[in-house]
Order: sequence, then structure tokens, then C-alpha cells
Amino acid sequence: MWDYTDKVRDHFQNPRNVGVLEDADGIGEVGNIICGDAMKLSVKLTEDKKRIADARFQTFGCASAIASASALTEMLKDRTVEDASKLTNQDIADYLGSLPEAKMHCSVMGMEAFQAALADIRKKHPEYNLPGPATEEGDDRVVCECFNVTVGKIREVIRLNKLTTVEQVTYYTKAGGGCGGCKEEIQKILDEELGQAAQAEAKPQATPSPIAQTIKENVGPLTPFQKMRMIQTTFDSVIRPGLQDDGGDAELVDVEGDKVTIRLQGHCATCALADKTIEHWIEAKLREQVSAAITVTAVK
Amino acid sequence: MSEPLIYLDNNATTRVAEEVFDAMAPFLREEYANPSSVYPFAGPAAAAIAKGREQVATLLGAKPEEIIFTSCGSESDNAVLRSAVKTQVGRRRILTTCVEHPAILNTCRDLTQYAGVHVDYLSVDSQGRIDLDEAKALINEDTAIVSVMFANNEIGNIYPIRELSRLAHAKGALFHTDAVQAIGKVPVDLQNDLTDVDFLSLSGHKFHAPKGIGVLYRRTFAPFATYLTGGHQEKMQRAGTENVASIAGIGKAAELALLHIEEENTRVKALRDKLQAGLVATCPDAIVNGDQEHRLPNTLNICFKYIEGESILLRLWDRAHICASSGSACTTGSLEPSHVLRAMGLDYKALHGTVRLSLSRYTTEAEIDTALEVLPPIIRNLRELSPFGREE
Repeated sequence: MWDYTDKVRDHFQNPRNVGVLEDADGIGEVGNIICGDAMKLSVKLTEDKKRIADARFQTFGCASAIASASALTEMLKDRTVEDASKLTNQDIADYLGSLPEAKMHCSVMGMEAFQAALADIRKKHPEYNLPGPATEEGDDRVVCECFNVTVGKIREVIRLNKLTTVEQVTYYTKAGGGCGGCKEEIQKILDEELGQAAQAEAKPQATPSPIAQTIKENVGPLTPFQKMRMIQTTFDSVIRPGLQDDGGDAELVDVEGDKVTIRLQGHCATCALADKTIEHWIEAKLREQVSAAITVTAVK
Repeated sequence: MSEPLIYLDNNATTRVAEEVFDAMAPFLREEYANPSSVYPFAGPAAAAIAKGREQVATLLGAKPEEIIFTSCGSESDNAVLRSAVKTQVGRRRILTTCVEHPAILNTCRDLTQYAGVHVDYLSVDSQGRIDLDEAKALINEDTAIVSVMFANNEIGNIYPIRELSRLAHAKGALFHTDAVQAIGKVPVDLQNDLTDVDFLSLSGHKFHAPKGIGVLYRRTFAPFATYLTGGHQEKMQRAGTENVASIAGIGKAAELALLHIEEENTRVKALRDKLQAGLVATCPDAIVNGDQEHRLPNTLNICFKYIEGESILLRLWDRAHICASSGSACTTGSLEPSHVLRAMGLDYKALHGTVRLSLSRYTTEAEIDTALEVLPPIIRNLRELSPFGREE
């Protein structure tokens, strides 16, 4: 059942500030139609470029996405740019009373849209000298390919919302909610953020099997037989269980040198994210466990 | 609730028929005996079970002894698949489809992980149809059981059960169909028509019986190994003291279903068709999903491009207390939209904007008229909010 506050329902039923500003100083666009939510925010500044004169939005998404965008525009109007640039997703959620945890990514989308709009203004109008948040190096590296989520966004959301589990990160950013291939990396980011990198608890499926370990510990390059055997072992002990966790499966069709041919089955065979699964997860796993030269192709 | 409710979500569950409630009531009050007891006080309870079994058997064209009462459709599905893996010694494959209910898909997944079974999944085309040639190619001497749903819960497609069950038997495999969505909506005749179906699952609450009662049909002599061990109930095929009231209820519901099956395929179907035609005519970029030639008479799955399903549902509720479902990510409880619509390869611009409207014999024309009045402005308004659908 919907667990929305009256304020969320009000902003959803009567959204404020819908549309696009023709004379906007900057436009922020985040999300996309494939992911299931997207937002376009246009922002106009006052004459002195110190305050936000107007903000309008368009949103494709669920009730809480629409309400979050509507709330954001109300919060932005008349605020100083400096003040507004400090707005967090939690501020949006607070403005609305609260949001269900699984819907927190809607408020994050609002925060991101405004940051994107600010970045757009800085790019188009460097003469405004807008204050901007400092970004860490490498922050724009994409961790979750399915939903296009960067390291920077994951770190920011973990810090702002004091998140502690991968599941929460998925609720707040959607990262890990598609093929799930980046869940380990999210865990690493969480561990770093929580200062527990040392005791990072590896997921069982990520542990190389004893056979793979034995072969790997043997010095020298792999013989074709060893390589094939390691591919088979990795496939059976890591890749298939991982896919099965998501209701899918795969079959190892052929191995020729470094070329691995597979066939996706179950959910994977029909998943719109199948290409990503192959490229970012199956291939990455085999490269990590067997050889960096491996390429994976899927046949029907 | 002051405002009237317009319940167009009958594939999710249905209201309990008054007659069903009345049939159950004595067994929740004065007739509380354990049907296995020996004194005459237990007579009415035992008789209610016998009657319920007969009524369900009549609906299916089955023999009463082929009816096993369970707690729900999911239990029936679990029982069959887990049994097949035990009884079909030496056969290690299951064939099913990628559009099954989670009761089948997750049981298959469990058997894959813990019983070393290999599962093959039939693919579907853009209308959700399966290919019999693919099925034929995938069924072999290693197939323990073929399990294909009678009708799909989301898009309403009816699958070729007769042909599939024959293909399964030709290779010595068992055949099961999850008929939870089909019962009461389309005729099912296991005696004369579907003679190669070994097992069939159904669930009471989808045809006006209460929740918590299901049936597993097991054809005489079909190999079966129980997974719920205990007492002698259901001829030791399913232990546990019988849910007497609900068995009386599902029996009555089966009797009523048989009486109303004609109405489902005439009046209810006409209302569904009116709803579909009205929405397609008034909402641009609306696409009907599924196989319109082989579809349940009560189901309409329609997508409205450029908008998201959950927001449609919330508006429907707020404007007219209309209950419906959506296959969008935000309503499936995960971040991914419906596995059925994804398997059909639906355009992503449309995938998130699907709404399922499912009728029942209690649906009135006035309710359909209200839905037709309320829905188009909701679609228009949400599209005005959306950044998509303008440039094309």
C-alpha cells in the first residue's frame, strides 16, 4: 500500500511549477526513460545572479518523483544560490514530511537535477562566478552501468543519509538494482566510507573456488587446458550462482583461446540489460579470475 | 468508506461471493468438528469436504478423488514441481516459460540451486506468445516435467495447453499447468479435452472464494510424492487438518463459476472490450499488450507511453477510488518493471506506463463508464508533467 504523507499526495495531485522556462539560465536533466524516472529542471536567476528567481520542472516517474520535483521547485524559489546549493535529498524528504525508504532515490533525483542545473549555469555563464561544491577526483566514474550511477553520487548519498548497507544504497540511488553486478563495488565504497575496508566481508560467490585458487597459485602462464578448466570452474561456481540469484542462468557454449561463448537463459535471456550483464559482469568476472584477455560473446 | 469502490483488479484477488460466505459460515460457528473424528458431530464437516471436492471436480471435469485441497496456488505449484524432481528418477530438466508466476519461477530457481535441476525457459514474442516448435525442441528424455501457465496473470494470454501437454507426454515427461488465472474465466475440461494434463493448480480467491484455499488436481495414477508429510488427510498426499469452511467455500465458488462462465465470456468480455476500445480511442500512444486472439475475457493490459504506472494508479484511486495494477518498476516492489513485459521486449518508453484492468462478474457498465471518464484526463495531465513524448 502507498505509504505517502498528505504533503506528498498534495504535491503529486497539485504539482507546483510545472513546465520549462524559456529564458532559463540553466537546465538540469537527470535520469532517463529506461530507468523509470527522469527529471528536467529549469532554473532562472535574479538580476544580480545571487538568488533563484524561478524554477520549473517536468518529471517522468512515480508519485513520489513528481512530488519531490514539485517540492524542490518550491524550496528553490527566492533562495540564494549559495543556500540552495547546500540543499540535500534529506531536505526535500523533510519538506514533504517523509518518503518511504524505497522511494528515497526520488529525492536524490531532485537534488541531482538542481546540481546539474547549477553545473549547466556555471558552464554557460562562467561570468556569474557561482559557488560550486567541490568534487573529488574520479567521482564521475560510473559504478552502476544499469542506472548510470557514479562513485561521487554513491559517496555523497552514503554520507548525507548515513547509509550502512548495499540495500539502502540501492533504495537511495538505484545503484545495484539492475543486473546487480556492482553490488560488490558498492560494498567496497561503503566499507571505505565506514572506515572498515580492512574487515570487508567478501560475499561467498566472489571467493574463487579452491580449484581455481590452486591453478592460479601455480606459477607460469596457464596451459590451454588449465585456462579452459578455470573458465569452466569460474563459470559454474561464480557466474551461474550469481545469475541464478536474479532468476537467470547461463550455459557455457564454447571456449576458443580467450574467446568465451555463452548462452544466457531464464530471465537473463530476455532481460533488457543482458548486454550490460555480459560486458560488465560475466566478462569482468572471467577477466578477474582467469585472464585479462578474455572476451565474452553471447549466442541465442 | 464513503465513496463507492470500483474494483478493476480481479486478477489480484476477487470479492467473496455472498453465497460462498453463507456456505462457509456454519463451519466457522457451530459446525467446528474435526472432520476426521468418529462421532456424528463430525458428520457435517466431513460431508462439507466431500461436497466441496465434488463441486471443484465438476468445474474441472475431473473425478473427486483427483482433487487435493491445499492452502493456495503457490503451494500447489511447489508441490508439483518438487514432486516431479523426486518421482521422475533420472530426469533432471524442467521446462517452463519466462512469463510464469513467481510461484513457478522461484520454485524452479530453488530447485536449480539446491536440487541440481536444469530449467529451460520458453521465450515469448512481442505479444507474449510462446512457440510450440521451441517447446518441441526443448522437451526430451531428460525432461521431468513441463509446467506452463494456463493463462498469464498480467497480460491475460491463454496458452496452448492441449498441444503442450501432448508434446510433454510424447517424451514421457509429466505436464502441469498453473491455471490460477484461468479458472472461472474460461472453460477447463480435463476429462474430454485436456486429457494429457497430469497436474493443475488453482486458487480460490481468484474466483470469489476466500484467500487461503487452493487445489492441486492430480490425474489418477500420475506419479506424486508429497512434500507436506503428517497425518492421513487428503489420502496422505497433503497433511494438515482440513480447512473445512474454506473447502465449503471453494466448492460453492466452483459451482457458481460454472453457472457464470457464459457471462464471463459474453457480458464481462463485452465490458472489457468497451473499456479497451474507449481508451484506445481517447488516449493517443496507448498500446494494448498481449495476444488479443487468445486472451482472458476479463483482462486488459494497456500501456500509456511517456508516463509511469504508479502515478496513474494513485490518481485513479484519488479521483474515483478505482483499483488497478501496473507492471511498472515502482509498483512491482523492485527497481525493475514486470518480468512478463520485459520478456515480451516491450519498448522501454512504454514499459513503465502499463496498467492492468481486470474485471469480474460483479463489474457493472456504470463502473466501466466511470473509468472511461476518469482515465483519459489523468493520462493527459500526467503527460503534461512528463519531459518525454513531445519531440516525436
